[in-house]
Amino acid sequence: MNQPVIKVEDLWKIYQLGEVQVEALRGVSFEIEEGEFVAIMGPSGSGKSTLMNILGCLDRPTRGRYFLDGEEVSQLNENQLAQVRNKKIGFIFQSFNLLPRLTALQNVELPLIYAGASPQQRREKAIKSLEAVGLGERIHHYPNQLSGGQQQRVAIARALVNNPSIILADEPTGNLDTHSSEEIMHILQELNREGKTIILVTHERDIASHARRILHFRDGQLVDNETVEQPLEALAVLKELTEEEEIVEPV
Amino acid sequence: MNLSETLHSAIASILSNKLRSFLTMLGIIIGVAAVVAMTSLGEGTTEEIVGQIGSLGSNQVTVIPGRSRGVPGMPVFSRGGSNILKWEYYLQLRDFNLPGIKNIIAENTTAFTVTYGRESISTRVVGTTPQYPEVRNFNVDIGRFFDQKELDNAERVVVLGKTVAQDLFASPEEALGKTIRVGRMTATVVGIMEEKSSGFQDLGEQVFIPITTMQKRLTGSEYVQSITVQTETEEDLDFVAEFLETFFTNRLKDPEKFSIINQQDILDTINQVTGTMTLFLTAITGISLLVGGIGIMNIMLVSVTERTREIGLRKAIGARPFDILAQFVIESSLLSALGGIIGIILGILISEVISKFSSYPSIISVEAIIIAFSISVGVGLFFGIYPARRASQLDPITALRYE
Repeated sequence: MNQPVIKVEDLWKIYQLGEVQVEALRGVSFEIEEGEFVAIMGPSGSGKSTLMNILGCLDRPTRGRYFLDGEEVSQLNENQLAQVRNKKIGFIFQSFNLLPRLTALQNVELPLIYAGASPQQRREKAIKSLEAVGLGERIHHYPNQLSGGQQQRVAIARALVNNPSIILADEPTGNLDTHSSEEIMHILQELNREGKTIILVTHERDIASHARRILHFRDGQLVDNETVEQPLEALAVLKELTEEEEIVEPV
Repeated sequence: MNLSETLHSAIASILSNKLRSFLTMLGIIIGVAAVVAMTSLGEGTTEEIVGQIGSLGSNQVTVIPGRSRGVPGMPVFSRGGSNILKWEYYLQLRDFNLPGIKNIIAENTTAFTVTYGRESISTRVVGTTPQYPEVRNFNVDIGRFFDQKELDNAERVVVLGKTVAQDLFASPEEALGKTIRVGRMTATVVGIMEEKSSGFQDLGEQVFIPITTMQKRLTGSEYVQSITVQTETEEDLDFVAEFLETFFTNRLKDPEKFSIINQQDILDTINQVTGTMTLFLTAITGISLLVGGIGIMNIMLVSVTERTREIGLRKAIGARPFDILAQFVIESSLLSALGGIIGIILGILISEVISKFSSYPSIISVEAIIIAFSISVGVGLFFGIYPARRASQLDPITALRYE
């Protein structure tokens, strides 16, 4: 059997805030197999952001072990972590985090620059990646010339461009309207169908329902591992939304 | 991330905020421009002074009565005890035929009224010897200088400076062959000198007569005010100066009674002054570049704060701390290098304009340009490191959340 792409064992994260110790994660263990679409859910303060930072190699756990692609990454130094982030993780953020002075293409090329790819290679891969999210026509647009949904698609293209082991999406629809949100979820579902491992952090049940498994967190602990019998199909929701609009529009 | 990528991104960042980049560079621009302009003008002026000293005749050693005080090598003509150098010393020196000596002249300058018809002016009358034009590099324009025979016979001949000739006659050409009065003596004009100034005074405002004529017909004094020896080469200067020292110590029995002014000493003094000026300029450069550097550091710190999210994102997608450090250091170095280049161009323009509208010549000093440029790049590097380190050490999680 394949080894899991993510395996965490007894993960603890303790912050020292003055005299007070805050236990953000209290002994979390789980595995995620390759090709899964997992949502991490929980109210604020549940520790899901802390977990997300550790899974994204932006932070190190206080205790416990984290294997990414079979490699123990919990104790790597800063430069090694940077490399892991660059090669194995694709980030999607709530606020897109595109660089405003760069075009869509240049934004998508950014991870490849740090990977040391040649300019020609970068361009080819970035264009392919932007085409995969349906933005092949807008590669030379600047972020402020794109809608919110389009900006998030550029961010997805950027997350994809290095062909990472996992895609980490942190509230990717938090700044978007329903329609754009469903479009983004549709793209994520499509990517998952193509075999990408996707981890989605959200506090919205509607969004989490698009995943095939939901990990529920509360007070720094994994409280429920729910398998979604029938994930919400973004395409179907989109169709419904469009019909509603069509009904409304003629009035 | 390689150098060309980093450079590219730094240029884009500088161009994205042109006004701020320019204002940041201003400190460096002004500092470098000031240095380039000042050194260019300074070097030009020094060159001109040295050239002027050279144009007053080269390879000279002068003996004057009294001791020069103050700045070494600079002549201080003491009034008291001027009756020290006898005319016969000149004749003895001349007959010595010392190797290395090309010419010897004696000079005696006194103010007299010079009159022609109804025109009359008071001017300096120089009694001297026929080698004067060659030694002083000051030649006759019209007619001729007086000769050895006229000196030996103390004849009443006079050579006018251009300005004097213009003052007394309608045109300098008319003066030739005319008889004028010098003091109580009448004399025939045999030549007019060329136009010349020493940079400090108009040399045309003097007239020249044989020193013997002056002694016998005007002053009655057997003493001379100075004896100047011109050597064959520059190398002979020190040797001749030494010889003169011995010669006059011997004659006068007291080395405190006369001074020997070696032209080389004067040039050395000028170089010393120039050196001090260069040091002074260097200090000013240092201060202005320091101020410029602090300006750059200030703006880079602002820039790091403004771009916190960008830094966070870059780190999240795989930038190592070193990549971020390099990005900001290169940006600040580029900023100051650009300031340096603009400053150099501005400095050259300023010195050219000043030298065009004033009498100061300007010589662009390549050395100063190279030094100013390297220092400005160094300033950018040095003052960029602190903000860049701060950027590179930002925590990506906090940086990404920064509003």
